[in-house]
Amino acid sequence: MYVIPLLGIPPQVLFGQLLLGLINGAFYAMLSLGLAVIFGLLNIINFAHGALYMMGAFVAWLMLEYLGIGYWPALILSPLLVGAFGVLLEKAFLHRIYKLDHLYGLLLTFGMALIIEGLFRNYYGVSGQAYDAVPDLLKGGFNLGFMFLPIYRGWVVVASLIICFGTWFAIERTKLGSYLRAATENPKLVQAFGINVPRMITLTYGFGVALAAMAGVLAAPIYHVSPLMGSDIIIVVFAVVVIGGMGSIVGAVVSGFGLGLIEGMTKVFYPEASNTVIFVVMAIVLLVKPAGLFGKAA
Amino acid sequence: MRLQGISALLAATALASGFAMPASAETIKLGVLNDQSGVYTDLSGPGGVDAVRMAVEDAGGAINGNKIEIVSADHQNKPDIGTSIARQWYDQDHVDAIFDVPNSGVALAVQEVAREKHKIVIFSGPAASDLTGAKCSPVGVHWTYDTYGLAKGTGAAVTKSGGDSWFFLTADYAFGQALERDTAAVVTANGGKVLGEVRTPLASPDFSSFLLQAQASKAKIIGLANAGGDTITSIKQASEFGISSGGQKLAGLLVFLSDVNSLGLKTAQGLELTASFYWDLNDQTRAFSKRYFERNKKEPTMVQAGLYGAAKHYLEAVKSAGSTDADKVMAAMRANPVNDFMTKDGKVREDGKVVRDMYLFEVKKPEESKAPWDYYKLIRQIPAAEVTRPVEESACPLLKKG
Repeated sequence: MYVIPLLGIPPQVLFGQLLLGLINGAFYAMLSLGLAVIFGLLNIINFAHGALYMMGAFVAWLMLEYLGIGYWPALILSPLLVGAFGVLLEKAFLHRIYKLDHLYGLLLTFGMALIIEGLFRNYYGVSGQAYDAVPDLLKGGFNLGFMFLPIYRGWVVVASLIICFGTWFAIERTKLGSYLRAATENPKLVQAFGINVPRMITLTYGFGVALAAMAGVLAAPIYHVSPLMGSDIIIVVFAVVVIGGMGSIVGAVVSGFGLGLIEGMTKVFYPEASNTVIFVVMAIVLLVKPAGLFGKAA
Repeated sequence: MRLQGISALLAATALASGFAMPASAETIKLGVLNDQSGVYTDLSGPGGVDAVRMAVEDAGGAINGNKIEIVSADHQNKPDIGTSIARQWYDQDHVDAIFDVPNSGVALAVQEVAREKHKIVIFSGPAASDLTGAKCSPVGVHWTYDTYGLAKGTGAAVTKSGGDSWFFLTADYAFGQALERDTAAVVTANGGKVLGEVRTPLASPDFSSFLLQAQASKAKIIGLANAGGDTITSIKQASEFGISSGGQKLAGLLVFLSDVNSLGLKTAQGLELTASFYWDLNDQTRAFSKRYFERNKKEPTMVQAGLYGAAKHYLEAVKSAGSTDADKVMAAMRANPVNDFMTKDGKVREDGKVVRDMYLFEVKKPEESKAPWDYYKLIRQIPAAEVTRPVEESACPLLKKG
């Protein structure tokens, strides 16, 4: 194969890294999407998002281990179960603090994250569990010439794009979505039209949580199913949401994929900085556009 | 990046005070300082604290009528938290000796606190050979294993069996760099060469990018100079990206039993590794491990087993010295031979290194494993002289005098 050096990096390495960046970006996009939905519609900074993502992966693993339920059913069941758990959390705790400052929501959800993570760590240790339930359809990989692409990783990108587009469409282009958006602007007025706003908000939180859990199930075969997997990724995801603009769905998705790519490039040129680069970008974006790339100025 | 990072900032100052207990001069107090929530929890963590507790129980809970107490804390893999707890323990809580301290970054920082306070610290969890090299201390003991021994074990075995070109995935802190340095020296000494390395941040969730760089290097061996969760992730993702089907082999330079347990034999089979302890090695190791298993529902790692031996040796030294004074206890620890279920006639050298044999193991194939936790087969016992840095190569000033 003929190799043209580009910036001293052979193109097959460069293409490979771009593709890997895209795959990691797919996870960032899915997670920041859930956060953006929750913040946009509930005004809650959901710090428990990482823990719920971890829970999604763990529920899939538990279903396989104890009930023999495979990957495809888990991809639906786990988000439903964890989403229901999210509804419970909202009913029990979150709905009491909507009127308070953001800080209280942040502290509450951060506390919940520590409790959930601690419980799983206590029972399952930190080394993690292997989740070997990838269906045959998604096993193996393609040799693309410049790299070996595991089919499963390709599937993650596709699934993420479908989920992101579906969520955007539901909120921006459907009637239900318009109610939701109206309810965040003026809940009293929307309620006067006979719409049950508190229930709608509860379900929205459940939906955001289910998105996190679904990302968790998708991540389970790639990353180890470990109680720490959520906290490993959540800080990055928050940076992604801030860069995209708090509460902006398009912003969350675009910056998720974009930052995955930037991070991938950093891993080639200066790997030591690969877990810092996103925060550097965040600082720059906040200096230039304090509301984030797609955020509405307050 | 960890969630605890945020709470750490808030907790750093407040944390240590919670462990304060009124201590009379007659109490012998051991502090176990390790990772109780992060990537190294399973290989030391609460299990390590329990191993020390077992040693205290076996000593009868008291020496010459002086009660033995144990305190423990989580350093969260942060040197600043580790040193502030160590200071608190030595200064205010009358802790006589600190044990474990996995994570070489934290260990090197705690070594300096112990040196300054002139109190004993006995390392089981950390690996960096600098602890008994340039950074050696008259009150520091490196108990279980070090990067020099790992390099001499796995590094030499892999290079000699034909793996003569290496690319390193190196955890980007003191430990990874020490392991890479010591292994690269062994590889070169055995006629191999090092083609490159990539420094990976601790606890990266995704190693595929680094693995692809290793693949592009065309090196025969990809050396994993990392530990715990990082090793698990890199081995798992290497199999996902078909690294071994491309003809490259992985060499896990530090692999713990807890890592193999988490990976499963299907993924981990065939890995060669160096360790100072395995539960199923002989009757004595099995006897200790059976007791440990009943209490912890897991087989002990070498770090946890080493902690038992370290605490036992320390307590015996306190007994024979008739004092908890650091100099007297250190002298007794050096004078007494180390004998327990995992060490035969070991010795605490002047630089603090415990001189003992190590073992080269291979991870079994799934069909070879007869029972839960039946993971390793012994390839060879490596004599202490081979896995201990010779005095003339050491940068430790304590070995130079006289």
